Amino acid sequence: MTQANTNHVFRALADPTRRAIFEELTRQGEQTVHALTRYAGVSQPAVSKHLTVLKRAKLVRHRREGRETHYRVQPDALAPMVDWLNLYGAFWRDRFDRLDALLERMEP
Amino acid sequence: MSNTAESTRTLVIERVFSHPPEKLWRALTESTLLAQWMMSNDFAPVAGHKFQFRADPKPNWNGVVDCEVLIVEPLQRLSYNWGVGGSESGLQWVVLWTLTPAEGGTHVRMEQSGFGPDQQAAYQGAKYGWGKFFDGLERVIGGLG
Repeated sequence: MTQANTNHVFRALADPTRRAIFEELTRQGEQTVHALTRYAGVSQPAVSKHLTVLKRAKLVRHRREGRETHYRVQPDALAPMVDWLNLYGAFWRDRFDRLDALLERMEP
Repeated sequence: MSNTAESTRTLVIERVFSHPPEKLWRALTESTLLAQWMMSNDFAPVAGHKFQFRADPKPNWNGVVDCEVLIVEPLQRLSYNWGVGGSESGLQWVVLWTLTPAEGGTHVRMEQSGFGPDQQAAYQGAKYGWGKFFDGLERVIGGLG
């Protein structure tokens, strides 16, 4: 996992419309850009832009079939998010240890 | 990767310290004490107060955490925003400390939750919270193995 990749994932999912699109893909499986546009209720160029961001974060994959582009999720891409939270877990446990040490040093 | 769905939604760390709540509250809210176990800071226990935690810069992180105090309930609850990487493109969390008197000490619960800057703007009227998102995500993450 690289930090840059993690940032891509978090930033891609920081936008509510992109989260909605991503979740729709997890729910419905593969979808065309047209179907996603109907679902998202924003313009097709806007949806395409969102999909580009999701693609850069490796959260979705696409394939062309005739004139249609089909998108589907790549669930593995969420792993950095999980890893990152594990890192934060380690951070807080370390701080709790330091807090405990401080409490010992403090006057009652 | 066990318990991933829950851990991606909210990170919770709990511990019972053998010290009274008063002492823990001081460690959490007095800037000089806070600096000794968290990071250097300009914290003040006043709702609405904006402050920073500062650590040594790391690759991809300038070492700064931008915060704003949200809740101050002496000896019980303390909450602040936790923002990394600037307000526009950065990542936003909410940190909530809860103190509860326990047998021989104090139960401390730290909860870090939320990912997106949802609260900042209604995003063209979109009302799509992380909670809902992660509800739908559990089955996906379940497949991560």
